[in-house]
Amino acid sequence: MAKDLTRKQVEHVAELAHIGLTEKEIEKFREQLSAILDFVSKLEEVDTSKTKALSQTTGLKNVFRQDIVKPSFTQEQALMNAPDQYKGYFKVKAVFK
Amino acid sequence: MMDLSDLTIKQALQGLKEKKFSARELVLASLERIERFDQDISAFLTVCKESALKKADEADKLIAQGKANPLTGIPYSAKDVFSVKGVKTTASSKILENYIAPYDATSIRKLKGAGAILIGKTNHDPFGFGSSTENSDFKITKNPWNKNKVPGGSSGGSAAAVASGMGIFSLAEDTGGSIRQPACFCGVTGIKVTYGRVSRFGVIAYGSSLDTIGVITKTVEDATILLKEIGGRDENDATTLNEPVPDYLKTIDQGIKNLRIGVPKEYFIKGINKEVEASIKKAIKEFEKLGAKIEPVSLPYTKYAIPAYYLSGISEVSANLARYDGIRFGYSQKDAKDLKSLYFESRAKGFGPEVKRRIMLGTYALSAGYYDAFYKKAQQVRNLIKQDFDKVFEKVDILIAPVSPFPAFDIGEKAQDPLQMWLADIFTVTINPAGIPGLAIPCGFTSDNLPIGLQLIGPRLSEPILFKAGHAFQKITDWHKSKPNLK
Repeated sequence: MAKDLTRKQVEHVAELAHIGLTEKEIEKFREQLSAILDFVSKLEEVDTSKTKALSQTTGLKNVFRQDIVKPSFTQEQALMNAPDQYKGYFKVKAVFK
Repeated sequence: MMDLSDLTIKQALQGLKEKKFSARELVLASLERIERFDQDISAFLTVCKESALKKADEADKLIAQGKANPLTGIPYSAKDVFSVKGVKTTASSKILENYIAPYDATSIRKLKGAGAILIGKTNHDPFGFGSSTENSDFKITKNPWNKNKVPGGSSGGSAAAVASGMGIFSLAEDTGGSIRQPACFCGVTGIKVTYGRVSRFGVIAYGSSLDTIGVITKTVEDATILLKEIGGRDENDATTLNEPVPDYLKTIDQGIKNLRIGVPKEYFIKGINKEVEASIKKAIKEFEKLGAKIEPVSLPYTKYAIPAYYLSGISEVSANLARYDGIRFGYSQKDAKDLKSLYFESRAKGFGPEVKRRIMLGTYALSAGYYDAFYKKAQQVRNLIKQDFDKVFEKVDILIAPVSPFPAFDIGEKAQDPLQMWLADIFTVTINPAGIPGLAIPCGFTSDNLPIGLQLIGPRLSEPILFKAGHAFQKITDWHKSKPNLK
């Protein structure tokens, strides 16, 4: 059985997932995520020592196509949903201070 | 005269051909239903009235010239995860509230080519995360059979729309039951196809190894017509299959004499609603009357399907939803002080609680130290679930089971308990990890007039057999013909 998550673990996961959480959310998610992890830990009962992990169900192998350039988005189309742009580029916040 | 919005695709095509009505009248009938009743049902997020009427006039011209395509003039809706060029595509999430798709999904492109007319985009649980449509960031869709009940989910708006005659069919997506369960709750037909049968290109991703594109319709016959149009290999989706798409409609009347139908005991558990169980058992007798051979079978790993499915799904979610960064498209926290805060704040405000839960759980399941215990373990159990099905399909041709252990539940009943909501998918999530198809059809009503549905499950690419069996059932029953009283 999975142990309850700590607040610190919730904060760590949120950090990895790039999601800002409020104090209230941390506690609520700590409880909810712990309950769900406890539930999915049921899989521990299953003996999988001789079972391969399933990677796909289609049986397809090496799906290739010709390496030919085809028409794609124009710059305008690519930028049409950009929240912020500058002279035809996506504009981002400063990475370094 | 019959109300045009109650027609099936087959009837509508016939009527258009015989000039009993125009495509404009047909499209108007659907739009009028939306205007009259959608205030209340809340199935639609976007209605494309002008473009639909324009296309209807074009369709009428084509019909007059004898140049009609297979679906010319047929009005339909699409779940709001399908990219439609120039149309808002929100995934029912605030993070995409103002996103306009710059291109068409392959399935949308194919339906356009076949002449179908998009009348609007339907509400659902955000990114497909939910079983009641209550998780949508925009509205709560009501079940047309009883407006205090949920329509199911995640494609609740699509099922409610078809049940209410708002569009003759709906294009939807099923990752763990998102077509079959709402179809069941709303008393309509839904097909979850073999993984890879229909291109996923242009459909907002949930769990890429589980996502399948299908349709919600009024009849099995209609589903066969549509799958032929949308199925097939697509060079934009490397997981689409090379196998040719059969003409499903041609074979649906072959009957099911000597078809071996298995009844998996794990789907008739304690706690299943008695009226649901009785309806399924009655349906099994009908299949027997049609000449099928009924056999009890067992799928011992069924009870592990929910955890194996969700662990696979959420892990893929954490990767797929990493793209929402507030830079290229979607909600952006403009006053963030630096790049990192922009990511954190945009995602904090753009995603609702169920989306955050799934991303975080998936991130946890893939993180160092937990990968083997969660993600890898789930993929191993997934293999055992698939082997369960492989073995059972050596003995029988298809399986019959309830779609859901209970009929539509009350709005609000499970909304505060995410785990209870997950468990609502107990009979539908089983087949997605194995990549096999399932067909949900109506098979009865509870004493308080809520639809009950059964599902037929078959091995990979067995859609022709599922359709044949479903159609045979619909020929001798009337459940699929019942309509909710919308007043």
